[in-house]
Amino acid sequence: MQYAIGIDIGSTCAKTIVMDKDGTVLRRMLQPTGWSSVDTAEAIRADLFRDGISMDDAYSVATGYGRISVPYANHCVTEITCHGRGACHIFGKDNLLIIDIGGQDTKLISVEDGAVKDFVMNDKCSAGTGRFLEIMANTLSLRPAELCELAASGGNTSISSMCTVFAESEVISLIGRGEKRENIAFAVVDSIVKKVVSQSSRIQSSADTVCLTGGLCEFSWLIRCLSEQLGKPVVSSPDCRYAGAIGAALAAKKML
Amino acid sequence: MDRTIPDLPEQFESFGEARKNGFLKVRSIKENGGRVAGIFCTFTPLEILDAAGFLPVSLCGMSDEVIPAAEAHLPKNLCPLIKSSYGFALSQKCPYTYFADLIVGETTCDGKKKMYELLGKLKNCYILHLPQSHDRDALGIWTAELRRFIAYLEENFDLEITEEKLRLAAKMRNEERRKRMQLMELMKLTPPPMKGEQLASVLEGAGFVFETADRYAKLDELRNEVSARYEAGERLVSGQAKRILVTGCPIGGVLKKTVKLLEDSGGVVVCLENCSGIKAAWQMVDENADDIIEAIAARYLKIGCSVMTPNDRRFQHLEKLIREYRVDGVVEVDLQFCTPYLVEEHSIRTRMQELGIPYLSLETDYSQSDAGQLTTRLEAFLERL
Repeated sequence: MQYAIGIDIGSTCAKTIVMDKDGTVLRRMLQPTGWSSVDTAEAIRADLFRDGISMDDAYSVATGYGRISVPYANHCVTEITCHGRGACHIFGKDNLLIIDIGGQDTKLISVEDGAVKDFVMNDKCSAGTGRFLEIMANTLSLRPAELCELAASGGNTSISSMCTVFAESEVISLIGRGEKRENIAFAVVDSIVKKVVSQSSRIQSSADTVCLTGGLCEFSWLIRCLSEQLGKPVVSSPDCRYAGAIGAALAAKKML
Repeated sequence: MDRTIPDLPEQFESFGEARKNGFLKVRSIKENGGRVAGIFCTFTPLEILDAAGFLPVSLCGMSDEVIPAAEAHLPKNLCPLIKSSYGFALSQKCPYTYFADLIVGETTCDGKKKMYELLGKLKNCYILHLPQSHDRDALGIWTAELRRFIAYLEENFDLEITEEKLRLAAKMRNEERRKRMQLMELMKLTPPPMKGEQLASVLEGAGFVFETADRYAKLDELRNEVSARYEAGERLVSGQAKRILVTGCPIGGVLKKTVKLLEDSGGVVVCLENCSGIKAAWQMVDENADDIIEAIAARYLKIGCSVMTPNDRRFQHLEKLIREYRVDGVVEVDLQFCTPYLVEEHSIRTRMQELGIPYLSLETDYSQSDAGQLTTRLEAFLERL
């Protein structure tokens, strides 16, 4: 076998990483998960096959909430472990506090000496998740990235409800009141940041670096706000949306 | 008190087979002169009910089926166990609640305490006032409460609760607790001889075996069978399985989502510290004490439940169990909106960090909506060990 494949089926996006024996990334793929994880997993296999990468010549590890829907995966590892490994690999560090803002979950993962030491995750509630941002952006007729950009020029407004449903009505009242769109955008991002900061107080980490993984990894205003409110530098990179898939591919590489 | 047996509930014909049988079974107990006392808590002094000739049956609701019915009277933001228990009474779907001659509650958590006021409008309820502390004058107050309860039963049900009957009941309940402990202590073996889920189901099921001798037999039978198979070399659990202790709220209603999931993911629950497990069984009544009522009171008062403040006993006992059962990780399972356990969770987490024991806490309810998230958390926790 010559390929190590990591497939991270998230609630919104599916991420795939193909590595060779030396850990060089040969292929990155990103696609919407859609309504069926199984179909998405099949589409990934077909895409890779077209590129000359056959599952017969690969060891594959699936992760993410749809990990059990990848019938051809050799085994499954949770996204918590994979994000831990992936983020450490991206930044070449052994001690990290990882903030993974995903579609339906926000997780904080503390990694010490390369291993997951502790993690916290939101309960049955979408506050502070990617879904929250998406819904608020829709309400404001913006795309999530646009919302974050616009937020940088806003201020002096806040949303007090943590619940997505109530927060949406709050946003609608703000719109009705004639509040400026950038101020509402500011309040939305601030609400996500506050939720993450409150979650972070429930986890112990001695790491001096915090890193943001998941689909919001290129949202510079969010990264800046997180860093200010956590009082620690927050780093990210475009590869951070693949952190789970990279972690899974690294797990697969060990089996080659 | 009136001994006429109520008719079957109006919607009886619409019930499934198992539920119909449950109703018929309890009705036949009553037709044979039996009296049923519905109980909710490990604090209920079973010896007194035994001595009064009542059959104590746990009414703790474990299903979300009747929660919408309960929410007609109860707030949404309330623990599912309380809502489910009340919902079964309101919808007349639980045979034990339906036929209970008496329901015994205690002033434990706020949610239960206030729910009992509403339940009292549907059923005949007696509420014992439990002190909220293990020390101060608690023993005196609690002993007086038990004496008052005895007087209530004697007066209202025309019976006599003698010292002799109480001592006998204490002996028999102690015997049952020892049998339960012996069964649970098998889990100290590496690998343990059975899965925690199986153990939990048997411990819970035994509560619905009403003849004492049958109950003893059921507990002995499992212990003998499991020991014999183990000695013959049969292994149901891998030696590599991570050994987990589960603590927190009563988990009968979320067993599948928590214990089973943990075990399906490669762990094994070797110790259930919760109400249905060790918490309810490890402490005995001093059968030979001069004042048997005070001895019964003392035994129940020592339970390390989070309604007590402070609740040092839970912490001390947890540490002992972690050592004895050679635990790799602790998982706290709390029900949503259970204020006492959810607040105490922070102190438990801190203590586990001090002890260097990997710890995970889960907050859940009786629905299936968070099953995916729970799986991820439990699997990630096991990957971490």
